[in-house]
Amino acid sequence: MAETKEKSLSDEKPKPRVRPIVRLGIFLISHSFHVSVVCCTAGVLALFLLPVLAKNTYISENALMPGSASPMLSNQHVSDGNRLVKDLTNPNSKSSETGIESHKIIAQYMLDLGAEVSFHKFHPQMNQFHPLHFFSSPDSGKIQENYSCSSYGINTVGIIRAPHGDGKEAIVLVTPYNALKSGFGEALSLGIAYSVFSLLTQVTWLAKDIIWLVADSQYGEYAAVAAWLREYQTPKFSSLSTPNAEMCPDVNNLFELKGHSISGSKFSNSFRRAGTMASALVLKVRDQNEQFEDTISIYAEASNGQMPNLDLINVVNYLAVHRQGLRVNVEKLWSLLNSSWLKSLGEIFESLAKVAKSLYPKWKFGIPATEYVEGTATLASSLYYQALGVPTGPHGAFRDYQVDAITLEISPKFSLDKVWRNDILLRGGRLIEGVIRSVNNLLEKFHQSFFLYLLTSPSKFVSVGVYMIAFAFLIAPLPMVAASLYVDANSSSNCSKGDSSTPSAITDTDEHSIAIRSWRWLNSAKLVFIVHLWGAIVSLLPYFISQIPDCSPTTSFMIWVLLSILSLLTLNSVLASPLACAKATQEKEWALVKSVTISSVFIGLGLMSVINFATAEIGALLMVPMCLLAQPLKLDVRAGTLRSFCRMICNLVLGHIAFPPAALFLLKGMLDGFGNANVGDFWMWVESLWAWNSATYLFIGMVQLPCWVLCISILFHTC
Amino acid sequence: MVLLQRPHILLLLIDTHQFLQCWIAFGSANEEGQQQEEFSEELLVKPLPDHKLLAHFHFQSSAPPSTSNGCHHHLFPKAISQLVQKFRVKEMELSFTQGRWNYESWGGFDPISSSNAKPPGVELWAVFDVPQHHIDASWKNLTHTLSGLFCASINFLESTATYSTPEWSFPPASGNVRYGTFPCEAVCTENLTPWLRLLPCRDKAGIALLLDRPSLYRGFYHSQRLHLTSTESSSEGIDSGIILEQTLTVVLQPNSERAIEVHASEKHVQPSWSLSSIFGKQVSGRCVLAKSSSVYLLLDWGLVAELKFPNKENGKSAANGLTSENFWSNPSFELSVNPDRIFLEESSSHSKSLSILYMFQVEKYSESEPFDIGLMWKVPVAWLCQQTPLHASRFFMGSGNERGAIAISLKSTQFTEGFMSANSKDGSCELRVDVFQVVPWYVKVYFHSLRVFVDQQPRAVSDFIEKIHVSPSKDKMSPGVMEVVLKLPCRVNTAALTIEFDKGFLRIDEYPPDANQGFDIPSAIISFPNFHASMVFLEDDSLNRSPLLSKFQEKCPVMSYTEVLLVPLTTPDFSMPYNVSTIKCTVFALYFGSLLNVLQRRVAEEERFLKAKAAKKTGRLPLLLSKLSAKLRGSGINQD
Repeated sequence: MAETKEKSLSDEKPKPRVRPIVRLGIFLISHSFHVSVVCCTAGVLALFLLPVLAKNTYISENALMPGSASPMLSNQHVSDGNRLVKDLTNPNSKSSETGIESHKIIAQYMLDLGAEVSFHKFHPQMNQFHPLHFFSSPDSGKIQENYSCSSYGINTVGIIRAPHGDGKEAIVLVTPYNALKSGFGEALSLGIAYSVFSLLTQVTWLAKDIIWLVADSQYGEYAAVAAWLREYQTPKFSSLSTPNAEMCPDVNNLFELKGHSISGSKFSNSFRRAGTMASALVLKVRDQNEQFEDTISIYAEASNGQMPNLDLINVVNYLAVHRQGLRVNVEKLWSLLNSSWLKSLGEIFESLAKVAKSLYPKWKFGIPATEYVEGTATLASSLYYQALGVPTGPHGAFRDYQVDAITLEISPKFSLDKVWRNDILLRGGRLIEGVIRSVNNLLEKFHQSFFLYLLTSPSKFVSVGVYMIAFAFLIAPLPMVAASLYVDANSSSNCSKGDSSTPSAITDTDEHSIAIRSWRWLNSAKLVFIVHLWGAIVSLLPYFISQIPDCSPTTSFMIWVLLSILSLLTLNSVLASPLACAKATQEKEWALVKSVTISSVFIGLGLMSVINFATAEIGALLMVPMCLLAQPLKLDVRAGTLRSFCRMICNLVLGHIAFPPAALFLLKGMLDGFGNANVGDFWMWVESLWAWNSATYLFIGMVQLPCWVLCISILFHTC
Repeated sequence: MVLLQRPHILLLLIDTHQFLQCWIAFGSANEEGQQQEEFSEELLVKPLPDHKLLAHFHFQSSAPPSTSNGCHHHLFPKAISQLVQKFRVKEMELSFTQGRWNYESWGGFDPISSSNAKPPGVELWAVFDVPQHHIDASWKNLTHTLSGLFCASINFLESTATYSTPEWSFPPASGNVRYGTFPCEAVCTENLTPWLRLLPCRDKAGIALLLDRPSLYRGFYHSQRLHLTSTESSSEGIDSGIILEQTLTVVLQPNSERAIEVHASEKHVQPSWSLSSIFGKQVSGRCVLAKSSSVYLLLDWGLVAELKFPNKENGKSAANGLTSENFWSNPSFELSVNPDRIFLEESSSHSKSLSILYMFQVEKYSESEPFDIGLMWKVPVAWLCQQTPLHASRFFMGSGNERGAIAISLKSTQFTEGFMSANSKDGSCELRVDVFQVVPWYVKVYFHSLRVFVDQQPRAVSDFIEKIHVSPSKDKMSPGVMEVVLKLPCRVNTAALTIEFDKGFLRIDEYPPDANQGFDIPSAIISFPNFHASMVFLEDDSLNRSPLLSKFQEKCPVMSYTEVLLVPLTTPDFSMPYNVSTIKCTVFALYFGSLLNVLQRRVAEEERFLKAKAAKKTGRLPLLLSKLSAKLRGSGINQD
């Protein structure tokens, strides 16, 4: 469309005037170089402006009413919790090698409170690579392998039924606990949870049931929580495929003992349920900490960058800061905190804000430079963890079932005296009590506040409407450049003809060749398609490689690289060769390839931004400059000007950086130093990505890698 | 005349034998054949295994069928009798419940739980004595009347999408029954007050004096129920005898503030209680209008077995001589007031032990000497209530906003295991389970996806389902109803029914104000028709039979309700109408703008103008610039 208009404008004949919007399009296309430079700069700048533009969080749902009730957790409950901590850390309880004793202790404590108790035994389910399971909802239909009796975990579940409630909803409190090698921190987290639990059995305001899940974390925290959730949401009624766990003598022993020691019907072997889960809190206490303050860290990122409702974080933040005097942390990239360039950037913004304020006193958008640096570090980590698509804690398992959940990690300032322990039990317990009470107040599920946001500090966020601007700026030049390249490639070959080649105005001789020429882009499209097909094959290969037994990450990676190259060569020779040879002679072929590549990248980035914004943003930062700058090196060498030389250098650098393993290597190097980087790292990283069903893996395999290959092929194009 | 009337009066007033006999005796004197209206008040207290206390108030008013009285009543509430006459209600039950009945620790196999454990919110069913095509109209009117009468939103049951017509699984099996529940009704004191107003003494005298609102609503379970049966008289059916049965069942925690203090040492001792400590009030004499006024203390047979009465072995003989002191001077507990009478359960299906009922007459007490019984436990005692044959629970499976499945899982309770095996010497014993499930239309159930799992094995549906009746839901018209009769082997451990559904979409005006909470799916009713919960107590004379005890003797099938479920549906962005209208206006503006533009444009003129321009054209950019400037200057260039 744009191309025809361009043609018609260049015609001699007077034409009816073109619509303004079309003219604007033509203008943009004809100045695509300047436009893309401006847009990309604006995009990067907007990204760096985000910490400045961040808004303060506020509690959006009125029903939450955090902190409006005074905490009821008293020293009585704290001493109860202390009793449990003592019993658990008692060396006698650790004597058994399976850790069943401590589960029994916990269950006995729960029973004494009048809660319903059940054990849930599970087999740790290894995360397998299922190529077609991306985005599919978790299901129970997976056929399980044979389990030995020795490898199972036991979750202890206690449920308090709300006395007046109708049992339609439940709040889940999770404390990961490894009975075999538990630190003091884990016992303390159980103590906090127990003191809250013992309070909640007595209160009258409870409207939702409370589930306390002591997740057996000897096979990982996430696996235990996920196994429990799977049983809760999608239970299997038939036990045909799995060898019955009841056969194992160990488990039998456990349950028999329980049955004898406990009179009353509150204990049962069967799986117990409460209603729909309203929200979940995962509570952890870190073992040691060197800081001077009691801090609490919030982890919120679930799989594929999904976040819980912002209100949940707000409530925790509000109660921790304003009621319990705890410092709240969210994850930061610590390496960014000391970077001087960021500091100077922050100072520039600060001084700009000052100038703006002196001009017009109502403009107050500046933030201090130190705050800016911290905000940027938080934002970067927020982007990074969302982009990775791997949950940052056991709370991620809840998000798969649309339950809002966060992990709270309390890191107390460490000392061993009893006063301190009581203090942390009291404050942690009151925080949990407050959050549970707020969620309990909710009449509806969380829906008021944001789900799409990036945090720049525990009390500041950037909502989707703001952070999309940076991304939009970044990808805006892509269609324009694609169009202009297409127009250039076509018009330059048509210049010699000197006549219009629009289908409507075919006037003379070789309409056949013109028709062919106007469809020339199909060849480039075919090339791009082949490379994308190859990308799909490459992303499927690890499934087969992982079947090879006893393979070290490095060798697996090598096999993967070799197979990828082999498949690329095969595909090229089988599919692409006959036509590609015929057209290789054409000049400007690379421009068409670049144009189609850019279009496909645009589509890929656009799709990815819907699935996982952070991945798309980081991908755009890498790929957009590479795509826009790519030009055959030969041309640059031939031109020999300073500009082309610069472009060549940029191309070479970007060509290296944008290669996914290289990008990871650089990232790792920046985060923890280049010393321990290893070739096998990339394999392990990829393995973790597919194990978590991260869409980032698909993005890398099917968008970024093909794009990189195409750009490299453009760089080395023989024209 | 007397003889003619006798059969149906017998039918009507089974309970009031003695009165009937009196009436027969004085029948000749009472020429009209007038039966007097009666009222009786009773309270039953029962300790529960989990340190709680069940209090069951039972008020019964009855009005005889009479033509002469017209619409005048002495004791019977006029509102109810008018309602019965107007809508020709044959039988009706309305219950308001808050909290959940805990079937596992409070039992499910006794008459109290099987008829008084109700689902949360409002449940209403009614049987009408009108032609088939009038039933729906009567139901609608009835819901509105009751809604006004009890200050509740029962009127929401008027819509056809909320009530259903059970065919045969619902106990009063008859085609004229309508059944509806409204789980999200919040029950509170404004529903209790109108209910109390139906009593002749309100809560000013008699046992109802105990109904102290704060202590009632502090409880763990609270269910007020109104059950009425009307028996039609032979003559044209204008007048009828009505029995109105009002019960209030509460589960309370005795002296909860002390339970916190006494933490470690006395944890397993049942808390001691007295009526005044639970309710904060005492009974000062009976309601003078009541025919009988008595308080019962029921000790479950499980508890009795644990208590080990000294003369347990000759229990039968003690039952004959009811004055035996041993029954209330027991080493494990102490009663503050000596009971007036002791009843022993006559016979039970379980041979282990027999329940004991202590009876206290309230008539003896007065303002100066109020009635207050207390029970003091001396030793720890633990027992279990008898549970339903299978414990039923219901839950959702799956996740996401698109589809899911409802699962009803039945687990055998270890309590009944021995009972079952005792009952079935031959291997081919079967346990019949009726499931009645109503699902609202926006949960689109696929009945073909019904699957049965027995003992963790998927089984063919036809193997275990004897009878099934399904009426699929119609969008916005009627809910889906499923009635299933399951025949399970007696030795079954677990059984499960699953059925899949799709979540429907509602129109924006069909969402309730709190749409994001989710939507309720009413409880399913699981009943066991082969099992009857009844308690027959030995009575030395059948003259003074109390309504409560005769209620216990009725054979009612064991029933249990499952949990109410909350299904989250997709909710639209409720600011959507605003957005839509904004976009619509924009589109209209653009459309009409361009249309007017096209209409007023003179094409030929423009082309001529362009040609003139082209003649002195210099380049593309200056042309663009001049056009731009012309545009900026407005439409001036077009005019010259």
